[in-house]
Amino acid sequence: MEIYLLLFFILILSIFLGLELISKIPSTLHTPLMSGANAISGITLVGALTLDTGSNLQSVLAFFAVLFASINVFGGYLVTNRMLKMFKKK
Amino acid sequence: MMSIDLNFLQQIGYVFSAMLFILGLKMLGKEDTAVKGNVISALGMLLALLVTFGNILNPVLIFSAILIGGVIGSLFAIRVKMTSIPEMVALFNGFGGLSSFFLAWSEFNAYASISVILFITFLTVFIGGVTFSGSLIAYFKLSEIFKGSSKTVNTTSRWLLVVFLGYLAIAMLQVFSASFGFFVFDFEIIKLVFLGLLVISLLSGLAFVLPIGGGDMPVVISLLNSLSGIAAAMAGILLSNTALIVAGCLVGASGLILTLIMAKSMNRTLFNIFFVGFSDSGASQGEVEGEVKPISAEDTFLILEAASSILVVPGYGMAVAQAQHVVKELGDLLEVNNAEISYGIHPVAGRMPGHMNVLLAEANVSYDNLFEPKDLNPRMETVDVVLVIGANDVVNPSATEQPGSPIYGMPIIEAHKAKTVIVLKRSMSSGFAGVQNPLFFKENTRMLFGDAKESIAKLVAEFKG
Repeated sequence: MEIYLLLFFILILSIFLGLELISKIPSTLHTPLMSGANAISGITLVGALTLDTGSNLQSVLAFFAVLFASINVFGGYLVTNRMLKMFKKK
Repeated sequence: MMSIDLNFLQQIGYVFSAMLFILGLKMLGKEDTAVKGNVISALGMLLALLVTFGNILNPVLIFSAILIGGVIGSLFAIRVKMTSIPEMVALFNGFGGLSSFFLAWSEFNAYASISVILFITFLTVFIGGVTFSGSLIAYFKLSEIFKGSSKTVNTTSRWLLVVFLGYLAIAMLQVFSASFGFFVFDFEIIKLVFLGLLVISLLSGLAFVLPIGGGDMPVVISLLNSLSGIAAAMAGILLSNTALIVAGCLVGASGLILTLIMAKSMNRTLFNIFFVGFSDSGASQGEVEGEVKPISAEDTFLILEAASSILVVPGYGMAVAQAQHVVKELGDLLEVNNAEISYGIHPVAGRMPGHMNVLLAEANVSYDNLFEPKDLNPRMETVDVVLVIGANDVVNPSATEQPGSPIYGMPIIEAHKAKTVIVLKRSMSSGFAGVQNPLFFKENTRMLFGDAKESIAKLVAEFKG
């Protein structure tokens, strides 16, 4: 039980940290920020890697959890990079 | 002994990965460091993945999923047109939610009895499911595969959403009271409730996004972005994985901030956007006085040639016509002609936050020439010509002049105060908001009808010829 309280503590701190980090962002960067954040939300991949694959259903769930998170990670970082390259001062 | 060391290393890895995410996101918020920031955040992801590889139970299955997902994602990223970025981001938000949905479902199957963690499991499934199906609807709306829906559908959706949320509340209460021993439920019943929740969560996303109009899409995408992060953070609590919690919360916070910025730029509350809708919120329209005065490309050219300060205000119409490159070409020619060119970017122009910035960046427009409404409006009287390219609601003077208008109070680019306004538009239809725009009827306004790209190409040809 204590572990969950601790995790909850980390959760709250991270939210506040995030709000502080991003509060002053120029509107030029709204789209790249969003797609970059999108890539980060693919962090579920890290959790999905370790899922149980004991039964058929579990294998299917683990497979798709990994698959969709991977699309997010690869696609998100690449497209953000592509966008930001265009933003570079000429 | 060995396994303990691995676990220890893994936790250390997560700490560094969290640091990289935080640093990366911070750098992503500044123009000079944004590219590096993205790379640093990617390194954080790589590190978190590498230290977790040791725990994979079925490497063949998992690595093939990574491979397939990686290829699909990369193809998306490389091939997507810059005008289609909103759709892609919407879809990816959904994939993030779906992954958390499957993850929580899989975790549920491993439980044998009721405990507090079920509470989080239910929440993760619900948020993940809503994010997925909601994003899918947003995707369909943005790519115009699916347009609006009828008023009956919208009203029904809102009521259904209330019912669905009620189901979630009861299910959570059930788990909560059972886990503290107030009531005894058979686990088989909880299993049935959970199966119901899987369906309900997907339906809730549909009921949530279906009634929301195209003009409110920047807010919806931002909120779904936030939810995909929250879902990941919840999944992190389920798995006791700190990397998921920290990264998920960062995304949740950034999405939330964008959501609030967007809502503020439209002078609307989140409640108004999600539960009232645009058309219902305002009084009926008064008749607009004045008449529409069309202008030809040749005459537009003469006006532009004589102007010394020109402001371009792009909107979703520029994205649809893919006109960003000709706009840049015209801008260059005008600069050669000794005119001062600036671009007025409204935060909610287009279909996602920063949509216009991306398109103009693709066309190589320097962002020193881009300005926000608050910087432009004080000097609007000195502008010779405002060229409105496919924008509508963001230049609608009703927002400042007509207290009964649905968009009254929304900060706009006050184009009507310039000496001359030329509006490029396909037809006289109103914007997403369905609000009539008095700007088109003003004394100093001329309408250049036609496809934005073709019209501007004609102007470019006039300058060259």
